[in-house]
Amino acid sequence: MADTLQKPSRHAEVLVGVVLLVVVVAFVFWIFVKEVLPGLAPVATQGAELARPSDLLFYVIAAVSIVSGAGVAFSRSIIYAALSLLGALLGIGALFIFLSADYVAVSQLLIYIGGVLVLILFAVMLTSKIGDKSHTNPSIGVLPGIGLTVALIAVLGYVATRTPWISNPNAPNPAQTARTIGDVFLKEYLLPFEVSSLVLLATLIGAVVVARKEIKE
Amino acid sequence: MLAPGLPHFLIVGAVLFAFGTYTVVTRTNAVGILMGVELILNAANVNFVAFNRFNPSPLLTGQVFSIFVIVLAAAEAAVALAIVLAIFMTAKTIDATQADTLKE
Repeated sequence: MADTLQKPSRHAEVLVGVVLLVVVVAFVFWIFVKEVLPGLAPVATQGAELARPSDLLFYVIAAVSIVSGAGVAFSRSIIYAALSLLGALLGIGALFIFLSADYVAVSQLLIYIGGVLVLILFAVMLTSKIGDKSHTNPSIGVLPGIGLTVALIAVLGYVATRTPWISNPNAPNPAQTARTIGDVFLKEYLLPFEVSSLVLLATLIGAVVVARKEIKE
Repeated sequence: MLAPGLPHFLIVGAVLFAFGTYTVVTRTNAVGILMGVELILNAANVNFVAFNRFNPSPLLTGQVFSIFVIVLAAAEAAVALAIVLAIFMTAKTIDATQADTLKE
């Protein structure tokens, strides 16, 4: 990577990043072998003995969302990142269906993919040229960023696998999610529901006020 | 083949959260930073819904909370993109390291 602007501290920063990365990767490998793999083993005996097609489907969906998430993080062009975000959001919506949260999955599809992603694509088209390559934030380079990512995955994976969660894999699926959610929105969660409607109104007005062109007389 | 339990979903959420953090930390494009925030919020949603599935509550608390998260994420995206467009109109760039003045 031939930077035209070579600062003398650049090499020291790269060296620190490499050392940090090596240490973190070694730590992660150690944790994965020592802790995460035995942590996942009891889960295998909890569920059904035989592999069902839905189990395989879970791994496919998880792989799609994780690979798309990596695309958002690592692709050089912002438009590819936006299209990878589409894959990630679709994968997460499929995970919601897998978790028998159909209402949340449909909301994800309508609001995120139909609304937020289209908004993001509009912003990308309006503000940057297609050929623009992403520049890395100069205050945090790529290597410390990767170190941070790996450390986060290690710590959160450790917590997720080693904590004795109260979990019942054979819990019955909620029968009527949409009906229950509608009920609790108008009973137990009425105040947050109304407050969120106020938030949406404020957002509507605020977005128009901020984004309009000022007409100077 | 392991039957997916709660830790599997939590690990997917953790990985997506880490990628979102990487996106927020390393990108300078303001829209790219926003994409990272969306990824982080989605990872949190995966955790909420997974906890709700494996610890069922009669009120579906996890799903309701994730719907509130989706609503707030949509509001946040609308306002953030309006701000990005306003910055682009005045500063002609959406580089988050360049836009450091409050007034032109």
